[in-house]
Amino acid sequence: MHSPEPAPGHLDLYAKRKAVFPKAVDGRFRRFKWLVMVVTLAIYYGTPWLRWDRGPYAPDQAVLLDLGNRRFFMFGIEIWPHEFYFVAGLLIMAGIGLFLVTSAVGRAWCGYSCPQTVWTDLFQHVDRFIDGDRNAQLRLEAAPWGPQKIFKRGLKWTIYLVISFWTGGAWIMYFADAPTLTREFWAGDAAPVAYATVAVLTATTFLLGGFMREQVCVYMCPWPRIQTAMLDEKSLIVTYKDWRGEPRGSVKKAEKNPGAVGDCVDCNQCVNVCPTGYDIRNGPDIQCITCALCIDACDSVMQQIGRPRGLIDYATLEDCEIERAGGQPKPIMKALFHTRTLVYLGVWGAIGLALLFALGVRTQIDVSVQKDRNPPFMLMSDGEIRNAYTVKLRNMQTRPRLMQVTLEGLPGGVMWTDEMAREKAAREIRVTVAPDQVEVMRVYVVAPSDTTPQSFSFALKATDAEGGGDTSEARFDAPEE
Amino acid sequence: MANKRIDEPTGVETVGHEWDGIEELNNPLPRWWIITWVLTILFSIGYMVVYPAWPLISKGTEGIWGWTSRGQLANETKAAEAARATTLAALAATPIEQIPGDPKLLAAAKAGGKAAFLVNCVQCHGSGAAGSIGYPNLNDDDWLWGGNVKDIEFTLLHGIRQPGHDATRTSLMPSFGQDGLLTAAQISDVADHVLSLSGKAAANANGAAVFAANCVACHGTDGKGLRQFGAPNLADAIWLYGGKKEQVTASIHKARAGVMPAWGGKLDAVTIKMLAVYVHSLGGGEDFSEAPTTPAAADTGNAQP
Repeated sequence: MHSPEPAPGHLDLYAKRKAVFPKAVDGRFRRFKWLVMVVTLAIYYGTPWLRWDRGPYAPDQAVLLDLGNRRFFMFGIEIWPHEFYFVAGLLIMAGIGLFLVTSAVGRAWCGYSCPQTVWTDLFQHVDRFIDGDRNAQLRLEAAPWGPQKIFKRGLKWTIYLVISFWTGGAWIMYFADAPTLTREFWAGDAAPVAYATVAVLTATTFLLGGFMREQVCVYMCPWPRIQTAMLDEKSLIVTYKDWRGEPRGSVKKAEKNPGAVGDCVDCNQCVNVCPTGYDIRNGPDIQCITCALCIDACDSVMQQIGRPRGLIDYATLEDCEIERAGGQPKPIMKALFHTRTLVYLGVWGAIGLALLFALGVRTQIDVSVQKDRNPPFMLMSDGEIRNAYTVKLRNMQTRPRLMQVTLEGLPGGVMWTDEMAREKAAREIRVTVAPDQVEVMRVYVVAPSDTTPQSFSFALKATDAEGGGDTSEARFDAPEE
Repeated sequence: MANKRIDEPTGVETVGHEWDGIEELNNPLPRWWIITWVLTILFSIGYMVVYPAWPLISKGTEGIWGWTSRGQLANETKAAEAARATTLAALAATPIEQIPGDPKLLAAAKAGGKAAFLVNCVQCHGSGAAGSIGYPNLNDDDWLWGGNVKDIEFTLLHGIRQPGHDATRTSLMPSFGQDGLLTAAQISDVADHVLSLSGKAAANANGAAVFAANCVACHGTDGKGLRQFGAPNLADAIWLYGGKKEQVTASIHKARAGVMPAWGGKLDAVTIKMLAVYVHSLGGGEDFSEAPTTPAAADTGNAQP
């Protein structure tokens, strides 16, 4: 397998992946990562199973993206297709939120909460659970294939597969009633797209989390490239303080020669724990997802040899310059809140407030009118002029509502629908609109023979205590004489 | 081929060719690439076995699956027809007067009727069914031969003034001027009288007398027409051939007699049913409160050959 050692000056076009076997580590950032992992996985796997009572006419799943019926349910909020701008707004907020987080605390998204990071972390814990820690993993990797290695690999990949399948299975639960879909899924009655989705997501989770891991971040993901434009000298990043650590030397050397060596004892712990196998002492790089595990590793080493923590630490480039010159770094809050982060925060908050405002004032009943244009108007045998309209009454609430439509303007005009007789034509008609539905009516409006072309309105009003209404303007065509 | 050697800087073997000092490294293709390549070749062989592939003298190889694009079209057409079969069968089995009361059948009939209308009827009646001079507007509430679904279906089946069709709707107004039955002055007077029925002209005593002598047999004493003869209502606001005096005068001078094909021989019974329901649904359809003018023979609803 091993190619001959390339000669100096050799440039590889295709580098073989150097497998990473990160060592287990404990510390404040590791514990924070545990917390983030538990919370994000719980949200992902658990959310579809939350129930939310919406009455008898709507599903009781708290979060449901009902693509078939084109309704998005999110706890107390129901989004119709024409309100998709709420989803667009949330996505824009998510984007600006990433800018905000990146400019304040660097690649925190990558380091803690990106699904690729979380699932890779989960799978690396499976590795440690089955194979043992870094050294045992390295030994097993180098060992020839024998019964033990086959058993361990088989067991590990089976666990990978189970987690992957569970991950793919959880995804489809967002798109249908979870308990029903689970039953149908195992009975073989679910839609083919459900099985296909689970198969694809199981495969991607298995491959991306189990095998490709840090290569996704380094080679595939566009986000680290964009992030380099987001970061500046005021962003917190994981930094090796080389002015303190260099030149590297052992504890013994330091005892023999005080002052000649820096704090870094070259123990390589920071590299061993790195999930992407990067040496942070080479400076910031696309490989560093700022998960801060090297900080934990270095801190515990520094504690053992009785030196102050923070040889590797979160710091801004600005602070590094100050510290290098022997000054006092700015307090952390000052580092977090600078002009750039405040601007992002402002934009982010403004969009959020605008969305909340729009949500607060949105109407849940709505009338829209489309006029027949062929023919634009009709003469009736009694000489009156008839125009026809398609009127849509929208009831966005999950209960039936009695609504009243009234003609405003158009003197002498009356209307009727194709479900009633013309004799019953009136200036207002009442319709019960089914819950969460649009009632489409064909409405005929007649006006006296001397009516001239003009504008008028259909006014909609809910007749119940809650009330609410809407108005839609329409045109009445008549012969021009 | 004897010059194979290990290239110093890269550590890779050369293929042994050399052109003016330029040599080629023997970097083999990645294994996955080779495997994919072999698989595509195997796939193409399989494809040629099961699908039509090779052109021969008179026709191509057929492939063991027997697939043809025409066969696929036939299958898809069959599937589409099968999907519609139940609805069409229900439409065929339901008496036409009951279709407007069944929302599902009504929706199907309106959709199917509209499609058939756009193919067969728009040439005269227009895509919005609004007609034009000489071609009735089907949206309004004025019907020459009756406006309930059964009347409309009968008119569609047998047509209007179709020679050779016994049941066709027929009537003929004399050409009063052309045939010398009335003088020009009399025609002018009676035209005034007709216009006065809907208040478009002042009363004309001479015209009333001419009308009573010549027109009431079909149009009735009050000029409201008689559907049995397809005689139009002259007292309403709707004029098939125009309501200006010269247009009315022209109609009296030389009678008009519009025609419509008997669709019974051209379209199947279900399509005609759907067309009738569609036309009835355009906003002027009548229900059965008025006595149907359709002869009893219409009950069979069968198409005339």
